[in-house]
Amino acid sequence: MAKVPKPNELVIEHGFPQTGWMDTPAVFRPGNFSYPGKAKNLQALGLPNPREWSPLDEDWKLPSNWKQIILEGMRERLDKFRSFKIFMDICVRCGACADKCHFYLGSGDPKNMPVLRAELLRSVYRKDFSLAGRIMGKMVGARDLTEDVLKEWFMYFFQCTECRRCSLFCPYGIDTAEVTMMGRELLNLVGLNIDWVVGPAANCFNNGNHLGIQPHAFKDMIEFFVDEIEAVNGIRCEPTFNRKGAEVLFITPSGDVFADPGTYTLMGYLMLFHQIGLDYTWSTYASEGGNFGMFTSHEVMKRLNSKMYAEAKRLGVKYIIGGECGHMWRVINQYMDTMNGPADFLEVPVSPMTGTRFDNAATTKMIHIVEFTADLIKNGKLKLDPSRNDHLVTTYHDSCNPARGMGFFEEPRYVIKNVCNNFHEMPPNTIREQTFCCGSGSGLNNDEFMEMRMRGGLPRANAVRHVHDLHGVNTLATICAIDRAVLTALMDYWVPDVTVYGVHELVANALVMDGETERTTDLRGEPLPGMEEDSENEDV
Amino acid sequence: MGIRFSLVAVVALVLAAFLGVGTAGLNHFFGVTVPSIALVVFLGGVVFRVLKWGRSPVPFRIPTTAGQQKTLSWIPQNKLDNPSTKMQTVGRMVLEVLLFRSLFRNTKFEIEKGPKLYYQWEKWLWLASLAFHYCFLVILIRHLRFFTDPVPFFVHDIERLDGFFQVGLPGLYLTDAIFMLAVTYLLIRRLIIPQLRYISLPQDYFPLFLLFTIGTTGILTRYFTKVDLIKVKQLAIGIISFHPVVPEGIGVIFFIHLFLVSTLLIYFPFSKLMHAGGIFLSPTRNLPNDSRFKRHVNPWNYPVKVHTYAEYEDHFREKMVEAGLPVEKELDEAPVTAQNSTEG
Ligand code: HEM
Ligand code: SF4
Ligand code: SF4
Repeated sequence: MAKVPKPNELVIEHGFPQTGWMDTPAVFRPGNFSYPGKAKNLQALGLPNPREWSPLDEDWKLPSNWKQIILEGMRERLDKFRSFKIFMDICVRCGACADKCHFYLGSGDPKNMPVLRAELLRSVYRKDFSLAGRIMGKMVGARDLTEDVLKEWFMYFFQCTECRRCSLFCPYGIDTAEVTMMGRELLNLVGLNIDWVVGPAANCFNNGNHLGIQPHAFKDMIEFFVDEIEAVNGIRCEPTFNRKGAEVLFITPSGDVFADPGTYTLMGYLMLFHQIGLDYTWSTYASEGGNFGMFTSHEVMKRLNSKMYAEAKRLGVKYIIGGECGHMWRVINQYMDTMNGPADFLEVPVSPMTGTRFDNAATTKMIHIVEFTADLIKNGKLKLDPSRNDHLVTTYHDSCNPARGMGFFEEPRYVIKNVCNNFHEMPPNTIREQTFCCGSGSGLNNDEFMEMRMRGGLPRANAVRHVHDLHGVNTLATICAIDRAVLTALMDYWVPDVTVYGVHELVANALVMDGETERTTDLRGEPLPGMEEDSENEDV
Repeated sequence: MGIRFSLVAVVALVLAAFLGVGTAGLNHFFGVTVPSIALVVFLGGVVFRVLKWGRSPVPFRIPTTAGQQKTLSWIPQNKLDNPSTKMQTVGRMVLEVLLFRSLFRNTKFEIEKGPKLYYQWEKWLWLASLAFHYCFLVILIRHLRFFTDPVPFFVHDIERLDGFFQVGLPGLYLTDAIFMLAVTYLLIRRLIIPQLRYISLPQDYFPLFLLFTIGTTGILTRYFTKVDLIKVKQLAIGIISFHPVVPEGIGVIFFIHLFLVSTLLIYFPFSKLMHAGGIFLSPTRNLPNDSRFKRHVNPWNYPVKVHTYAEYEDHFREKMVEAGLPVEKELDEAPVTAQNSTEG
C-alpha cells in the first residue's frame, strides 16, 4: 500500500505539461489507482475476462479482439442512450466545468478536468464515429483507440466519483458522470474494473449485501445493537427479520451494520421504529441499500436492485422505507421503477403515525427515512430533546447523489434543526446543489487510493474547516453510508477536530423514548451535556 | 498548433474568394453556387443531426436536480431548478436557452497555501456568451431585409432600435460592435486561460476566427466599400427563389463575406456548433424529475440474470434455520439443487 503524504507535504499544483494531453501518457503509481477486480469476483457476476492482473504491469491480459469489443460496445451504447450521443457531440470546450471537479481541484491533474475526462472518450468517438475525425485525425482532436488510451480510460474513469457537479455548471448539461458510467461499462466489457467495485457487487449478488454478511450474522449484528441501545437507555428494541406480512420493509446500506460510525445511525433507526411502534421487518436477502452495480454497468445495477422489489413482493409488505444512503437513492429515484417496476403489488406509502400519503413516491413506493422522520416531526409525533445534542456544533454535508440526482435538500435540514440546537451551514458554493463530493464515492473508497481520496476530498474538507474555524463546528452530519465511513478518514486528515454523524444518530440522541431510563450518554457513550460529572463518578 | 491551423484555414478561405472573384471572375460560383449548396447542406445537415440524436432513446430520467425536489406538501419545491411537470421543465429550458442559467453559476477557483480553496465571482464567460449570441441573433434578423420583400415590420423595428444606439458615422450598429468585442473576448480567453488553452482543439479556434472574419468583412462591406444594397438584395432573393442572378458591380469584399458565411453554414451541422440544437435534447435538462411518482418505460429493457430468494435460501437454509430466521422451505423439504432464473 502506498504511503499517504501528510497534509502539509501534499503538493497541489495546477500547472500544465509541455506536451498536449494526447501525448501525455497516464502514469500509474501507488496511490493514484485502485486495485483491479479479482477474477473470482468477476466470475461471481459472470463478467467478461476474469483474470489476475495489475495496472502496473505492461500486459493487462486483454482479449485479443479487445478493440473490436470496445468499439462495438460504443456503437451499442450510442444507439441506446441519447445522453451519450449528445454529450459526445456538443461540448464546445468552454471550460465552465473545468475547475468544478474536486479531483481537479485537489490533484491539479489536467485530465481530471471534467471536460478532458470526457475528451478521453470523445477523441475515440471522433475517430471512429465521425467523418471529419476519420479523415483529419489528430487535426480535429481524434485519435486511435490504443492500449495506452484504454489504460488512460481506466485511470481517469476510476478517478471520477460520478458526482455530477460538473453537469450543474455546463451550459448544455453535459454530465461527465454519465460519460464515466459509459466509460466504465466499456472497460467492463474487456474485464477492466476495480476490486472495490466488483467485490462488493459480487457479494451483494450472492449474499445480499456488499460485505458478504451471511443471514445469521446479519441478525446477530443487529441484535448486538439492540443490546447496545439497552445499555444506553434501558429500552429493548425488537427488530424482526424476513417477516412476512409486515407493513414495511426496511432496507439500508450494509455499511451501517458493519462499521462505525454508521452503526450509531443504525441504532437510531432501531430506536425510532421502536418508539413509534412501526410494523416493519429487515431482510437478510435484500440487506443492502447501496448498489455498486451502478459503478459497473446499467445491467449490474439492475441485477442488484431487483432484490428490493422481489423481497417486498415475497414478504407481502405494503411499501419500503430506505435508509440513509447516497447512490442508493439516485438508483431509486432515477432507475428503480423503470428497471425493475412496476411495483404494482405495493401500495402508495402512507405513514401509519401521521396518515401522510407520500404521493411523491407514488410509483416507486419507496420513501426515504429522512422524509418519513421529517413528517413525524412536523406532525408532532416525536418527543425530542435537542439539548441532548448541545455538545455538538453541527454542519451538514449534502451527499452528491441525493443532491444532484434527486434534490433532497430541505428534509435533512429540517430534521437536523429539530434535533440540534447548534447548526451552521457551510459556504453556499459548497452545499446543496453545489455540494462537493467526499472524494471517495462510486467505489473509490478503498485504502490503496487514499492519497487521491484526500486530494479529492479537499474542497469538502476545506469548507468544513471554514465553519470549524468560524463557528466551532465539531460535527459533520450526513445521510450517506459511504460518507460516514470516508468523511471520517477525510476529517482525520484535514480537520481532525470534526466527527462524522448520520442524521438518525442525531435524531436518536434527542429522541425521548417511552419508559427510558435517564440518559447520561449519547449513543457513542459520550456524556450528555450536563452529565459530565455523573459519568466521571461512574468511572471512579 | 490548433490556432495556427485554424487561422491558416480561414486565411485560405479568404484568399480563395478573393482570387476566385477578383482574378478568375467566378462571380456566379461564389455568389450563387456555393451559397445555394451551403443553404441545402445547412438545412439538411441540421435536420439529419437532430434526427440522428432522436433515434437514440432516453431510457432513464436523469435530470441534474439543482433545487429542492417535490416532496412533502409543506416543503416548497424549487420548480425551475428541479421541475416535476412538463410546464416547469419548459420553464427551466427557457431559462437555459434564453439566459444561459447554468453558465451563470460559473465561478473561478483560487488556491492558497494551507491549502485553502476559494471560489470567486466569474460571470464574464456568461456575459460574453450572452452578448455574443444575442448580437448574432439580431444581426441575423437584420439580414432578413435582404431576403424579404416587403421587409417584415419586426426587422425594421430591430434595425431602428439597433441604429438608435448607433455609434459614430455612418452609423455602426451597436450589435456589430458588441459582437466583435464578444468574439474577441472568447478568443482571447481561450488563448490566455491556461485550462482553456490546454483543452482547446483546432475546431474551437476555427469558428471564432471564422466569425471574426465574417464580422470584419461585413462591417467593411457596409461602412467602407459601401456596397450597393439593392444589388445584394437581388442576389439574395434570387437564391432563395431559385432564380439566381449575379448583378454586376458588387465589390469583392462582399463575396468574401458571403463565402465565409457559406462556409459557416456548411460547417455548422458537422461541428460543435450543433450545441444550439443539442441543448434542446439534453436529458439532464429537458426532463422533469418525476420518476418517483410517474412510471417510465425503457424501450430496450431486457431481463437480466438475478440471484433469486429461492437460490439464496437454498444456499443458506441451514444457517437461517439455526439462527431462527423464517424460511420458505424447512430443511427436510428442501431440494438440493438450486435453479437459476432469468426473470428480470
Ligand atoms: C440555446 C442555447 C445556447 C447556449 C447555452 C450556447 C452557449 C454557447 C457558449 C457558452 C459558447 C461559447 C463557446 C466558447 O467559449 O468558445 C457558444 C459559442 C457559439 N454558439 Fe452558442 N449557445 C446556444 C445557442 C446557439 C445558437 C442557437 C446558435 C446559432 C447560431 C449558436 C451559435 C454559436 C456560435 C457560432 C458560437 C461561437 C463559436 C465558438 O465559440 O466555437 N449558439 N455558445
Ligand atoms: S461546461 Fe459543458 S460545454 Fe463547457 S467544456 Fe464543460 S462539458 Fe464542455
Ligand atoms: S462527475 Fe464529479 S468527479 Fe466526475 S468529472 Fe464531474 S465533477 Fe469530477
